[in-house]
Amino acid sequence: MIYYILRRILAMVPTLLIISFLTFFIIELPAGDYISNQISALKSTGESASIAKLEFLRKEFALDRPFFERYLIWVGLWSGPHGFDGLLQGNWGWSFEFDKPVETVIGPTLPLTVILNFTTILFVYIVSFPIGIYSATRQYSWGDYGFTFLGYLGLAVPNFLLGLILLYLFNRWFGLSVGGLMAPEYIDQGWSMGKVLSVLAHLIVPTIVIGTAGTAAMIRRLRANLLDELHKQYVTTARAKGLSEKKLLAKYPLRMALNPFIADIGNLIPSLVSGSVIVSVVLNLPTVGPVLLSALQSQDQYLAGFILLFVAVLTLIGMLVSDLLLAVLDPRIRLGGRAAS
Amino acid sequence: MTGTKETTAVSTHYVHPEPFNPTVAEDLTPEQERFYQASQWQIMWWKFRRHKLAVWSGVILLLFYLCVPFAEQIAPYTPNTRDSQHLYAPPQAVHLFHDGKLVGPFVYGMKSDLDMVNLKWVFSDDTTKVQKLRFFCSGDTYEFWGLFKANFHLVCPAEDGTLFLLGTDRLGRDQFSGLVYGARLSLTVGLVGVTIAIVLGLFFGGIAGYFGGLADNLIQRLIEIMRSLPELPLWMALSAALPVTWSPVWIYFGLTVILGLLDWPGLARAVRSKLLSLREEEYAKAALLMGAKPKRVITRHLLPGFTSHIIASATLSIPSMILGETALSFLNLGLRRPSVSWGVLLNEAQNISVVTVYPWLMAPVIPIIIVVLAFNFLGDGLRDAADPYK
Repeated sequence: MIYYILRRILAMVPTLLIISFLTFFIIELPAGDYISNQISALKSTGESASIAKLEFLRKEFALDRPFFERYLIWVGLWSGPHGFDGLLQGNWGWSFEFDKPVETVIGPTLPLTVILNFTTILFVYIVSFPIGIYSATRQYSWGDYGFTFLGYLGLAVPNFLLGLILLYLFNRWFGLSVGGLMAPEYIDQGWSMGKVLSVLAHLIVPTIVIGTAGTAAMIRRLRANLLDELHKQYVTTARAKGLSEKKLLAKYPLRMALNPFIADIGNLIPSLVSGSVIVSVVLNLPTVGPVLLSALQSQDQYLAGFILLFVAVLTLIGMLVSDLLLAVLDPRIRLGGRAAS
Repeated sequence: MTGTKETTAVSTHYVHPEPFNPTVAEDLTPEQERFYQASQWQIMWWKFRRHKLAVWSGVILLLFYLCVPFAEQIAPYTPNTRDSQHLYAPPQAVHLFHDGKLVGPFVYGMKSDLDMVNLKWVFSDDTTKVQKLRFFCSGDTYEFWGLFKANFHLVCPAEDGTLFLLGTDRLGRDQFSGLVYGARLSLTVGLVGVTIAIVLGLFFGGIAGYFGGLADNLIQRLIEIMRSLPELPLWMALSAALPVTWSPVWIYFGLTVILGLLDWPGLARAVRSKLLSLREEEYAKAALLMGAKPKRVITRHLLPGFTSHIIASATLSIPSMILGETALSFLNLGLRRPSVSWGVLLNEAQNISVVTVYPWLMAPVIPIIIVVLAFNFLGDGLRDAADPYK
């Protein structure tokens, strides 16, 4: 098992390198950089006093070096103007727009991003599991049809639109402000029981909004898997031997169907994380989503780059966890080693 | 007792009067005959037709796609026509009867009053003004396909009247016309994007599945990494990189390329696994043994075997592209005015306090949901039909 975990984590290293390179490539795509854009803006207004300062800043941030060198400096594998000082050394870069280190700009939003994604995954599991079992064991019942229909609807309604619709309805019916992370009166207060509850209450809507599509997909998957298993001979045998329905279900087919259920969450995580970004923008949640949007619009490259990387790493870790869970559940993967990878 | 004895004596065995046909086991009913003689595509069509939901979804999609070539005629206004007298006007209902008498389709005129408390215009039906709709009429002038000027419309408001079926936005632009024109970009973005994704997917999946070994390994890793990345933030970053100076047409193509670029891994994976299994089929081996080159084996023998699968999975990936475009335009990162797409229209609904007062700004949500659902059902039907012999 330890060997498996180690191997799985080691396999992440090249992936991370490629992802960081892709990220850097993407954020460098727009012509110029933040500072040279400012310089040209200043030049066009005829001001020259602060240009020298900006030129100095360009040197300071190694923006005058070639692409690959900048990438390596950013990651921390190359000696920049301040020696080895990149992501690997714990320096997340500088946000030009806010004129602060990236760390202080998005630091407060990171925990909430993680919490939001984590609760969404939990939500998907907790909701889709019983419904999937119900739908499979009572195939073609009214409940099954109902959930199937809801599932299709959940897949079809894009989550940011769902967020918009819910916002509207809540506002209409309850006069409730759904946006934001907590009720306005708690914003400048210290942590208290009321504040925690308020945060939890405000987490419900985004969790549902982000998780609906994923839940729908998972219900469909679990239902299909379980139906496949339920029609197999061993189920009939067990039934013939007089095992009670509940025990039978829990003991054999469910275990078999659980496997793809866990494996699938790995495929879902990227879409959940991507959903959380845009839903946060719509619902005005203080996660990395809105920061990413504004950073992209103002070409604040290191801020945007770090967020992209953070989001990608978050999905990677999620997939790692789902793989490890799978290994715990299924000895074939744990022991098979080579075949599973 | 004696009776039975007599009958057994007369005929010991029952013999059917008709002559015996020795090939009865192999003979086919006319239905089976039709089935075996039909081409693969024919059978797929039969199988697809049985999936009622998918067929209806296809019909609905065709209707929607009619807006693409004929938006100018279907929409009563052009999408950027401003009516400064009717800002944020609510939807006008189409009536048939006025005072219990049949008048034909008409709308009531609008009265506007200034609400001094909330400082906004309040529109209400003016039931004294009956504005009959005109059909096959001349209205706003447009440039049809950018070729020649025309002013023919299927339906127009009465002279000096208005026809805002879904209300207007903050500049008094008709929402319904916006939706019709928006379909042009929103619906084609998926098609172009999917074409790009198919080409890339076929190329990479083909190489991986056919040659195997190192190429397969590398491409597999690449696919895995691409699939583990959250799509939307990348789309956002890439479309933010599109130069602002580009013309709307270029932005549109840039956007489709971006959507297509990130969506090929799923298709490539499908192609690869299908190729891997088809490669082992006897006919493929036979072709190889007869000296056919890889290119010929792939294009002549293997591709026809899974074209149907490709079409099905491509159909299923169109909705995500439509949603991608909508999301990006909604966030101001994709298309912008004067281009009109459903996402651009939704952009007006970004501010929730505006939406609460003028809920019709959310109208683009409806066609989006219908189209996405229809594509999903159609794709499901196609996927079932893709394996007609199962």
